[in-house]
Amino acid sequence: MDAILQLKDISQQFNQRNILNNIEFDIQKGEIFGLLGPSGAGKTTLVKMMTGTLVPTEGQVFMNGEQIPSLEQMKKYGFMAQSDALYQELTAYENLDFFGSLYKMSKTYRKKRISEVMEMVDLSGHLHQPVETFSGGMKRRLSLAAALMHEPELIILDEPTVGIDPVLRQSIWNELQRLKEKGITIVVTTHVMDEAEKCDRLALLREGEVIALNTPSQLKETIGVASIEEVFLHYGGGNQ
Amino acid sequence: MNTWAVMKRILKQFKRDKRSVALMIVAPMLVLTLMWLVLDADDQTLEVALVDVPDQVEQQLDDDSAEWLDLSLSEAEKSLEEGNIDAMLQWEEGAPLLTVEGSSPTTGGEVQKVLSSAFSSGAQPEMQVEFWHGTDSHGLFDYVGPVLIGFFVFFFVFIVGGVSFLRERTQGTLERLLATPIQRRELVFGYLGGFGIFTIIQSIIIAAFSIYILQVYMTGNFFYVIVVTFLLALTALSLGTLLSAFAKNEFQLIQFIPLVIIPQVFFSGLFPTEGMASWLQAIGKIMPLTYGAEALRGIMLRGEGLAGIQFDIYILIGFSILFTTLNIFALKRHRSL
Repeated sequence: MDAILQLKDISQQFNQRNILNNIEFDIQKGEIFGLLGPSGAGKTTLVKMMTGTLVPTEGQVFMNGEQIPSLEQMKKYGFMAQSDALYQELTAYENLDFFGSLYKMSKTYRKKRISEVMEMVDLSGHLHQPVETFSGGMKRRLSLAAALMHEPELIILDEPTVGIDPVLRQSIWNELQRLKEKGITIVVTTHVMDEAEKCDRLALLREGEVIALNTPSQLKETIGVASIEEVFLHYGGGNQ
Repeated sequence: MNTWAVMKRILKQFKRDKRSVALMIVAPMLVLTLMWLVLDADDQTLEVALVDVPDQVEQQLDDDSAEWLDLSLSEAEKSLEEGNIDAMLQWEEGAPLLTVEGSSPTTGGEVQKVLSSAFSSGAQPEMQVEFWHGTDSHGLFDYVGPVLIGFFVFFFVFIVGGVSFLRERTQGTLERLLATPIQRRELVFGYLGGFGIFTIIQSIIIAAFSIYILQVYMTGNFFYVIVVTFLLALTALSLGTLLSAFAKNEFQLIQFIPLVIIPQVFFSGLFPTEGMASWLQAIGKIMPLTYGAEALRGIMLRGEGLAGIQFDIYILIGFSILFTTLNIFALKRHRSL
């Protein structure tokens, strides 16, 4: 398999504090890659480096072999930020239309995609409703729809299910599985252990370092435990 | 292309956000009206001395508009000196000569208005106007009106422009936008374009309101007034969006007002700066409002054409380009590309 994202010896300092230390891994095409760690572990910082909005103090990030940030590569991924980055005054349709037009999508193609992605996230009935009237969960789903608008080959999601009820969380994960079946690569950060089980491969992040990286089942098998939580405790607490 | 998308989005947001629209259009009109009521109100009955005025002229004078007093020249001059009367009307070689007391800037204009309306009925020779104290021939509101138009447009565009660009950051959409193939300059130009179209409308409405409804003294070309007001708005917008990069939230942006906006009021010519130390005058030279106000006053009070105001126009364009360029650089903090 080919790597779609390569992180090469990434370190990040902020105010002389180390946020990330020598992070190095590849993300393969077509997998669901999970970044698991408590808040403050450096997940969002790492995500910003993958999207190219933050340049690491040391090391490089490559997408499809090209060093980022690169405007060319920015067309290829979709990003769902931790906060619902939506324009509150505008309707769902207008938000999606705006984000779509930034990818130079034609008007008819935009229209077609808007109804497709709204269908996907089960918001078709709220197309012309201003976002400010949406519930928290609806906004999360609309953010996901906005990330999917331009049919990206890679989707980067920063805590997509935070503050979302279990039913909705299930439906978002089902959606991610469906996207994976279409060959789309998914990078997702989470601090919820049971979500981590659904990833193909998992990187455990703690205090700016990757403490373990493997498939969830192998992570558990290697040290003979039953849950990811125990894996985390083993690697995270074991050194102390 | 992306510039166009951002522009369209901003205009749509304006359409939804009626309060911000009102803040940018209605608020300046409201404040200008209040200033007009305060500065332009005829406070008390005018007292005008008549010295050797022919009888048929005296009959033309309307009793309600002022109190007309028949006085001798020496009596009238004494009253003028003591400020007991507002003006003195004389007849010299068959032509009217008006001497305005002149210490209050509003009454001078009032007296002239009353007399010219009285004289407009009959064919009278040109009236000469002199001032006992001072030389200002305009009402206070006429004098500060052009500056106020510029100032209020500047102020409200600064606030609304700065806050909207800041909100882009606080609501997370800036980070989201910079994770799309949009270029930094496309985003900044989109803001200038979207707000630009809106501020053209705003400039027309506010200038027309001040000139045609509040009747601020205006001898120049209306189109030039719009051009200068629009350029001033553009400068305010580029400055507001630039400074929003240095504010963490709306509250911090508001904190720029006493630092950036209020000083401009003092140096923009609302108060005379000629007597100030030269280093103080130099402060005024780095403030955009100084040039906007100077140009507006030139057009409206002195009827200056393009030749008279082009220097100010170039400076305003220069400020806009400077602030816009700095803003594009400031966005580098969020994405290096």
